[in-house]
Amino acid sequence: MANTTDVTGRHYPDSGQNTDPPYLHPDYKSTIKKSPQRPLVALEHSVTELSGPAFEAGEAGENDLTVQGDAMPLGERIDIQGRILDEEGNAYAGALVEMWQANASGKYRHINDGREAPLDENFIGAGRCVTDAEGWYSFRSIRPGPYPVPGGWWRPAHLHFSVTGPSVVTRLITQMYFPGDPLLEDDPIFHSIADDAAREALIGKFDLTLGEPSVSLGYRFDMVLRGQAAG
Amino acid sequence: MSLARTASQTIGPFYNFALLGGADNDLTRRSKGGPQAAGEVVEIKGRVIDGDGAACACALVEVWQADAEGRYGADRDPNFAGFGRTLTDNDGYYTFTTVLPGPVPGKGNSWQAPHMSMSLHSGGLLKQVNTRLYFPNDDANADDPVLSGIEDDGQRSTLVARAAGEGRYEFDVILQGEGETVFFQL
Ligand SMILES: [Fe+2]
Repeated sequence: MANTTDVTGRHYPDSGQNTDPPYLHPDYKSTIKKSPQRPLVALEHSVTELSGPAFEAGEAGENDLTVQGDAMPLGERIDIQGRILDEEGNAYAGALVEMWQANASGKYRHINDGREAPLDENFIGAGRCVTDAEGWYSFRSIRPGPYPVPGGWWRPAHLHFSVTGPSVVTRLITQMYFPGDPLLEDDPIFHSIADDAAREALIGKFDLTLGEPSVSLGYRFDMVLRGQAAG
Repeated sequence: MSLARTASQTIGPFYNFALLGGADNDLTRRSKGGPQAAGEVVEIKGRVIDGDGAACACALVEVWQADAEGRYGADRDPNFAGFGRTLTDNDGYYTFTTVLPGPVPGKGNSWQAPHMSMSLHSGGLLKQVNTRLYFPNDDANADDPVLSGIEDDGQRSTLVARAAGEGRYEFDVILQGEGETVFFQL
């Protein structure tokens, strides 16, 4: 079935790229009891793996996290733009991109975030959009604050991203970091990725031209999902 | 051109407020109150546990399956969602309501037994784990190319749900250790 393609005209061979972190990364202690110990079993792709749900663009404004309250949230406004691509640079159109984050104080609007830091009544911290024909997504938000992990280290400022491409094989959940953050040096989650280039690729590229003049600062963050054109 | 794939990072513990559509664990309808998909409605309940046997709370469980006739594509039952996702509760439990999938084509002339594709994200998981759920007492399981490729009976049985009464099934995902679920390299 190696040459079977899906409705997007792609297939998903193992290209030998190994950018993902391992399941077990003891510096990130939570992996110790959650990492599978047996080797993964190879599964040849069938129609189950080559198909997946389609998503339609949601309500306009679901990708603007600064308009979810009665007033503007606190923090430095940012625009994040990027493309969702396959390993050959082809666009993934219609991918669902979800983004969530802490507020400017590094506090999540989540019942289990017990840290003493203020919530912002004008900030929820979650948005979504669907990529256009060229694979573009965009979000407007505020720069999240870093936050301490209980009993541990400080997480660098980051945006959480979830991308649902055409099938389970292209599913990606990752995080975007900010350039120049001194906390990156000691973050075990960032450093769970062994490959230097793959790790650095999670740092958004500062690009003033992507922001709105006198309003927001811009960052570019492309994400490359598994897959290539049928061949 | 060859681009480096973007590396995975953990979903972390604080995301459930981010699923703007809310948990969507009823696959039998495309929209709330909409018409119901054809087929036998079943409930699947399970628990996600770690290597200490502790509940894995706030894990994201996603499923994808064929309709009652085994169809995935544009010709599938228009009322059937196919895709569902939900979060585990503080005791590690998730539930889905769906219809029993039909058998779907496999390689060549083979058929795959009815199954669901399931993937899971959680804090402490740096990348997703992927498994499959099969249904018990289905004669087609014996000829399923994925199940029959797993030689160890105990390991194979981790992919088969337990019958738990009329229209009810249970399927636990054990991330590590005794009874560890079989996870796939896709
Ligand atoms: Fe986070």
